[in-house]
Amino acid sequence: MDQSNNTYAVEADQLVKAFGKERAVDGISLKVPKGIIYGFLGPNGAGKTTMIRMLATLLKPTEGQAKVMGFDLTKEADDVRQAISLTGQFASVDEELSGRENLVFIGRLVGFTRKEARARADELLAAFKLEDAAKRQVKKYSGGMRRRIDIAASIVTSPELLFLDEPTTGLDPRSRNEVWGIIRALVKNGTTVFLTTQYLEEADQLADLIGVIDRGVLIAEGTSAELKSSIGVRSLIIEFADEHDLNKAAAIFAGMFTQAPEVNREHLSISVTMKDQSKAAQAIGELANQKIAVKDFSMQQPSLDDVFLTITGKPAKQEGGEASGE
Amino acid sequence: MENNSLEKSITLEKRPSKASPMNAALTFAWRALLRIRYVPEQLFDVTVFPIIFLLMFTYLFGGAISGSTGEYLDFVLPGILVMTVAMITMYTGLDLNKDIEKGVFDRFRSLPIWQPAVLVGALLVDVVRYSLAATIMVTLGYILGFRAEAGFAGVVLAVLVILFFAFSLSWIWTMLGIIVRSEKALMAISMMLLFPLTFLSSVFVDPTTMPNWLQHFVDINPITFVVDAARGLIHGYDVTSELLIITYISVGLIAVFGTLTMYFFRNKN
Repeated sequence: MDQSNNTYAVEADQLVKAFGKERAVDGISLKVPKGIIYGFLGPNGAGKTTMIRMLATLLKPTEGQAKVMGFDLTKEADDVRQAISLTGQFASVDEELSGRENLVFIGRLVGFTRKEARARADELLAAFKLEDAAKRQVKKYSGGMRRRIDIAASIVTSPELLFLDEPTTGLDPRSRNEVWGIIRALVKNGTTVFLTTQYLEEADQLADLIGVIDRGVLIAEGTSAELKSSIGVRSLIIEFADEHDLNKAAAIFAGMFTQAPEVNREHLSISVTMKDQSKAAQAIGELANQKIAVKDFSMQQPSLDDVFLTITGKPAKQEGGEASGE
Repeated sequence: MENNSLEKSITLEKRPSKASPMNAALTFAWRALLRIRYVPEQLFDVTVFPIIFLLMFTYLFGGAISGSTGEYLDFVLPGILVMTVAMITMYTGLDLNKDIEKGVFDRFRSLPIWQPAVLVGALLVDVVRYSLAATIMVTLGYILGFRAEAGFAGVVLAVLVILFFAFSLSWIWTMLGIIVRSEKALMAISMMLLFPLTFLSSVFVDPTTMPNWLQHFVDINPITFVVDAARGLIHGYDVTSELLIITYISVGLIAVFGTLTMYFFRNKN
């Protein structure tokens, strides 16, 4: 039991958080090895924020227990706080103050002298490309700058475990890539990152291990590849040079596969899903027999969207759900 | 974002030792002062409010109650001083409530600091704000012709007693600021408590002119003790027993509501 403390950043055992009758988190057990990015994926209201707030000592679990960086969540909350940092979904810095003031403020709180806190603030502002905005009030920052100052405030002292609640919700693609870059750099330097997201692509791109949560329950866990292969469906995508070939191929495939092929006329391509991969070779062979020219073809892993659909029976809410909190 | 300064900034080795409770509280106080610098209008409640109160009540009631505004001013100034400072203590709760709503509180609560520092720091700055209100009122009072029998020293002593009481009273608002969900509701509750407490006291009139049943309430109202003590200190008569009772009440308020505040602060959902 004891040596497990050295390998896991988070060990949750049947955690429950109930608000009145509603069980926002309903018995979640999970283990997050140190040094990885753990992606907690689920739609709005699934219980992601509640889980992260429990693990960051902000909410007392109704039932169950957890160890964070080897410390008991309820009995050793102070030790947990010493090891972690939290970037909440909403304002996690003081919007009325400037970016620099916020960082100096946090620096002083974590124990730096005034001089050290200022030096650290300037170092972080430079690293996060916020020097020009250092003296501006945070409420005047753009979305991407806001996120960067939020994260900078979380690593004034490098935490061993960083919680990020929907770090890229509402960001434009460029800002999102910057945040991803920061997260990857943090992990490279030994920080464990536990992030929540409602974007399948984000979990796919970023997380080493993904937990899928729906209505307070962990419904699947694994690497992105594992989750995809667990549903065992792959797609073959074939591109054609002209519409004539496309139509002929579509007619052939309609007889070959149980599931109807998807025809994309704009890209002159056909996509067919199959459980048995050997069928792909068969399909290509058949096209050659019929003398239909294939411009290009590829096998595609199913997307996490497919995973979500398979497990929950409903598609994940992508985009649009502008963070209603939970 | 693949830059060297980023790499360097996140490979910080040295972890400072925990800030002392005192330093943490002072850092929170520093934050409150910075906020005032950005939004000086925040000081309206401790500057404009006292001036309006003093002018309004002196000239509205003075003639009717004491026959002259000059005489009434000597009587009512200590009272209005207590009333105004008691009234503005409720902004402590409102500010806290706003902080919580915005989410920055989550960050504070997840930091490895002496947790009460968040509130103690804010209250320290509030005491500064209360002093500002008191100073403005006393200055205006002197301009209008107010004279303290016990001299300026008496006024200073009275203000110190009021500040001590206000600090204790603030813990009620910090508790409510944490548990009440909206700013509006909090405002309503605060007003509901403060209006009877301040008006049904010896602030404006001598309680002996009131009906019996009302006197009973006024006589046990903490505000009455503070007003009587302030009046005594300012005009030079013995208020030892009042001061003793105020001490009990204040310590009691801090013990009960300070504890409750910290309990709700730690267990906030």
